[in-house]
Amino acid sequence: MDVLYKVLVDPFLQMGGAPDLFVQTLWEGFVVGTLYALIALGFVLIFKASGVFNFAQGIMVVFAALTLVGLYEKGVPAYAALLLAIGAMFLIALGTERLVLRPLVNQPDIILFMATFGLTYVLIGLGELIFGGSPKVMIADQLLLPKGDITFQAFGGIVQLQKIDIAAAVIASLMIAALAVFFQKTRIGRALRAVADSHKAALSVGISLNQIWVIVWFTAGVVALVTGIMWGARSEVSFALQIIALKALPVLILGGFTSIPGAIVGGLIIGLGEKLGEFYWGGLVGGGIESWLAYMIALIFLLFRPQGLFGERIIERI
Amino acid sequence: MLYREAGQYKTGYTADMAVFPIAQDRAGIAIILAAVVLLPIVANDFMLQAVMIPFLVFALAAIGLNLLTGYTGLLSLGTGGFMGVGAYACYKLTTFFPEVNIVIWILVSGLFAAGVGVIFGLPSLRIKGFYLMVATLASQFFLQWCFNRVQWLYNYNASGAIEVPERYLFGWALTGARATPTVRYYVVLTIVVALTWIASNLVHGRIGRSWMAVRDMDIAAELMGIRLLPTKLLAFAVSSFYCGVAGALMVFLWYATGAEYNVFDINQSFYILSMIIIGGLGSVLGAFFGAALIYILPIALGFAVPALLAPFGLHIGADTLEHVRLIIIGALIIFFLIVEPHGLARLWQIGKHKLRMWPFPY
Repeated sequence: MDVLYKVLVDPFLQMGGAPDLFVQTLWEGFVVGTLYALIALGFVLIFKASGVFNFAQGIMVVFAALTLVGLYEKGVPAYAALLLAIGAMFLIALGTERLVLRPLVNQPDIILFMATFGLTYVLIGLGELIFGGSPKVMIADQLLLPKGDITFQAFGGIVQLQKIDIAAAVIASLMIAALAVFFQKTRIGRALRAVADSHKAALSVGISLNQIWVIVWFTAGVVALVTGIMWGARSEVSFALQIIALKALPVLILGGFTSIPGAIVGGLIIGLGEKLGEFYWGGLVGGGIESWLAYMIALIFLLFRPQGLFGERIIERI
Repeated sequence: MLYREAGQYKTGYTADMAVFPIAQDRAGIAIILAAVVLLPIVANDFMLQAVMIPFLVFALAAIGLNLLTGYTGLLSLGTGGFMGVGAYACYKLTTFFPEVNIVIWILVSGLFAAGVGVIFGLPSLRIKGFYLMVATLASQFFLQWCFNRVQWLYNYNASGAIEVPERYLFGWALTGARATPTVRYYVVLTIVVALTWIASNLVHGRIGRSWMAVRDMDIAAELMGIRLLPTKLLAFAVSSFYCGVAGALMVFLWYATGAEYNVFDINQSFYILSMIIIGGLGSVLGAFFGAALIYILPIALGFAVPALLAPFGLHIGADTLEHVRLIIIGALIIFFLIVEPHGLARLWQIGKHKLRMWPFPY
């Protein structure tokens, strides 16, 4: 009975008893969720357009941020470094298409997945070789990102919002909106959707698959750069981010692999669930459950809805 | 010239179905076995401790993962966690019952890993592919958390690590600080060879065939009368058994003094996965090739690269070498996937085939 009380009743009493803490935790979860959604967005972009499950998305986030900070430390002005980092992501996109995707066209999904796995090792090695393995501080001030916090009295206590978190949420929303417009309204966006529907049909109406792949990997690279800046400004730029980026996988599962709105909703569910779970239930089992709670949520979810919230229904034929 | 099967007639189905149908293959395997048994005579301790024992341990884990991913088609990233279950189970068992031989506990700890594997394999009936991969990530992170937070697992040590106690086999120190690499090498070799032989028989028999049928198309396999749940769970159980034994061997006979929870982290899973990709999915031999390439090649590079650069007055730091090693591994994975998506094992087969036809290929 005691255990049941602690699991089922006590956390909710705590929530009701200290609403300011509850709101603070919700906000934490919301911000983390947006960042997960951003990483997941990179996965979805590539998966939609080329059917490749890009394992290297996490390291692309780290690599982009490292390039930016590393160049700045070598004396390049902040904005020039930003442009150069975007350039580096373009080179990665170009190189990946040329050296990895093109020779492996028409191979089974798992082979392409394994190839991005190799790409991950190459990028880790390159990043450490060029910029060193030690964590770096994101140049948030130089990029004119806000700092400090907003504190206000509410819910019978104090709620503290970091300005950088607000900026992250705003930028993430803008990014998602821009991508939605890009996908729906532009010529390239239409081509991307055509490729996502069917490679063969897209080829037959004269869309160059190679070009599309470069574009989509580049877009994912830019998304990775933004994610890297935001996440780096919250903590620091280090290779540990790559493991955090794996959290985008349960997000993808919740949302469905092919859905952009799914990535966002999934990100928020995972972010909120994880923070609330850690804060109110984590103490019961010794804490630190953040490291696996997201995967468990996704796992339980999968058992009931294997295609995700917004994924297309999987129909199997022989 | 020597590699011909002309004149070797098969007189029964058993001979036709043999794992090594050609006499030269049987001779080759006998020579390799003799070589690894006699190796300690010529090899020094470094060779055994830092090259051969880890190679065999990784090969065993790679066989385990290959049974699941290569043969049954269930993508798993939980290898590190299952290896950890084996190591921690072995530690608990040998501290509870110190009088029982450690070799028995190493094998029994595989059964615990198999049990945990079956539990985390349950979702595999409903989900597959990349979705299943995320489900196995859940097991990886959950198990790693357990190794860190559940103090009972490491007997409430202040260090939070498992410390390998001293155990003996026929009067020789087998684990602990006083065990010699030679003794440990022979025990690891025996276990790995025995388990490889069992795995080879498994995949050539009815069970292996049903696994491969599930891999190629599970709905079709179901229609042919293969019951999916027991087949998939069996694959999870056997695979986790192998990984668990490999994990126990890793801590008790390779590290020999102890290990912390982060040995069994997600990177270990990736490491083993890259071995089976390079070695060849769906091949027992490929697991050995992959382990050799991923584990031994970087060691060889560690000696070769500085030696090559030294005459030019260039010196390369240990960490630079580590980074270059990562780049080379990554590039090799991509290279082998492009050259031969089925891995080194397939290249080996093609080579053997060419040799049989040489010099008159048709």
